[in-house]
Amino acid sequence: MLPASGKAARQPVKTFGSPAKAARSAVRDAFGVPAFVLGATYLGFGALVREADLSVWLGLFSTATGWALPGQIALVELYSVGAGILAIAIAVGLTNARLLPMTVTLLPILRSEGTPKWKYYLFSHFVAVTGWAAALRVCPHLPRPERLPYFAAFAATLWSTTLCATAAGYFLAGAVPTYVTLGLVFLNPIYFMLVFAAEVRKPPRVAALVIGAILGPLIHLASPDWSLMLTGLIGGSLAFFGWKLWGRRHVQ
Amino acid sequence: MSSDTVLWPLLLMVVGAAVTYFWRALGVALSGKLDVNSDWFEWTACVAYALLAGLIARMILLPIGPLAETAMTDRVAGAVLAFALFFLFRRNMVVGVATGALVLVLLTLNRPFF
Repeated sequence: MLPASGKAARQPVKTFGSPAKAARSAVRDAFGVPAFVLGATYLGFGALVREADLSVWLGLFSTATGWALPGQIALVELYSVGAGILAIAIAVGLTNARLLPMTVTLLPILRSEGTPKWKYYLFSHFVAVTGWAAALRVCPHLPRPERLPYFAAFAATLWSTTLCATAAGYFLAGAVPTYVTLGLVFLNPIYFMLVFAAEVRKPPRVAALVIGAILGPLIHLASPDWSLMLTGLIGGSLAFFGWKLWGRRHVQ
Repeated sequence: MSSDTVLWPLLLMVVGAAVTYFWRALGVALSGKLDVNSDWFEWTACVAYALLAGLIARMILLPIGPLAETAMTDRVAGAVLAFALFFLFRRNMVVGVATGALVLVLLTLNRPFF
């Protein structure tokens, strides 16, 4: 890991020596805590896939092509309650809309002269929260030619790890007693509950979490198919516009 | 395996992947032309957080599949203890997640009907 100093964030303060060396360092950085924690949660996803009576190949396909766990979990859960394709597409789309601003923020940091455009489109598939956060922390300190290799190698390492973990979770869920499988499946909601509790600070987002947590189960009772979409749109809008109104009143 | 458990979920996953990649590609195309601090993005973030919080709460309170066999009090106890130990151990994700899973497994094992 590189020393992070906020003031020097725009200046290259450290070089790995070459793009290839940057990529190798990224693999080492990724193989620590990030791969371990993400691997554990994808173990849970693999177990969830099995409990939804899907094949291991579908689980691997989901991880390889979806590569953003909240959307993958939403998809499998909605499939399990028998939701239609439109409801699922909208719920996954809303869940993953955050990837747009994340990519928009990351791209200017990764750009380097002479890099063909298709590479940005290819490696944008790897934008997901863990690799994105690492790239935002490390890449601004690197010379430009080393940045995309660092991000791509970091994310590709996580991606391979989670593919292995998906398969491992799937087979583990079939090999261990039922009560252990329960624990594996339970990893998914617990992990995201903790991530949100620890990292979400902005008032409207905290409000969105609280309102969503209350609305989600209630709306699910009324309409399992559309519950996620409705919870998101209603809860998110209430939180956002409530915060806007509150801000307007308190500024005056 | 029938096509209902292969082709239908495969189609869903292809659609899910397309919808997901769409945002990433759009991000590449629009980078430098969008203000990520705009109200529009704050709203989409709120929608995503509400949706996911709703999903997580539902997975804990009203699970489907094997978790539905466990007792609500056991799942809630697992979630609450995971929460407590996570912050007690200075936001240690491994401690938090392991606590949640272990508590649910141990409490479930302790149930006479299981």
